[in-house]
Amino acid sequence: MRILLAYVIGTVFGLGISISGMANPAKVLNFFDVAGTWDPSLAFVMASALAVTFVGYRLILPRPAGPMLEQRFLLPSAGRIDARLVGGSAVFGIGWGISGFCPGGVLPALGTGRIEVILFVVAMVAGIFAARALMNFRSPATPTQA
Amino acid sequence: METTFTPLASTIGGALIGLASVLLMLTLGRIMGATGILAGFFTPASRDDFLWRAAMLAGMVTGPVIYLALTGSFPAIDIPISMPVLLFGGFVVGLGVTFGSGCTSGHGICGMARLSPRSIVATLTFMIATAVTVYVMRHVIGG
Repeated sequence: MRILLAYVIGTVFGLGISISGMANPAKVLNFFDVAGTWDPSLAFVMASALAVTFVGYRLILPRPAGPMLEQRFLLPSAGRIDARLVGGSAVFGIGWGISGFCPGGVLPALGTGRIEVILFVVAMVAGIFAARALMNFRSPATPTQA
Repeated sequence: METTFTPLASTIGGALIGLASVLLMLTLGRIMGATGILAGFFTPASRDDFLWRAAMLAGMVTGPVIYLALTGSFPAIDIPISMPVLLFGGFVVGLGVTFGSGCTSGHGICGMARLSPRSIVATLTFMIATAVTVYVMRHVIGG
């Protein structure tokens, strides 16, 4: 049941990304290129996704019973706003600005079988593991989160 | 390269992205963040944890195939940069989302919807960094 639901939800997400234009780097980059070939479409994607999620979360998160298939909601703990968060986000923005692909846009795009997409994901996963290695190198004694 | 302004398709697509986020919270109680789902896929906490992540990724990849069935073509993917630059960008994205603990879906949609201060700061940061990068790439370096 969990697996089937996860598959269906992933499909809804992937279809949404496909329809929205978020899988298209040229379109994503044009959103940010106000001084050039500006295409405001991405604002409609973000606003629509955010509105639906905002309302949905307001209805779901207060449920005393929690989610349907878990004991409780697994929300990220409210941590500090630190240099790692801001620096990492800035680095992500640089990568997104260079390539036009964000993780949520590029993972569904794998379904097209395009070689450029596959190689981008390989490079992105290499970046994920490089960042983990750097984190472990900088703070080897940090206990893993429960 | 110019692209067509698609307010209706982008609004519908965005609503589906939102629907997926809401359904994942309702059923598995989790944030619909592409970074978190992918990262956990490589280092899952358990067999069950691996399986739902694998199913989710398989579903994501099915999205464009359904789009193909509905419209007769895959969604457009136009890459206006060279392959080495694209791969460098991919590596930088992987670094950034790991240190920043999230991306457009996790921070930008789910975290913002929860009004998480961390996510609001992260989203503002990467949106500004992306805009500056695009400006530099296209109007300072490029031409």
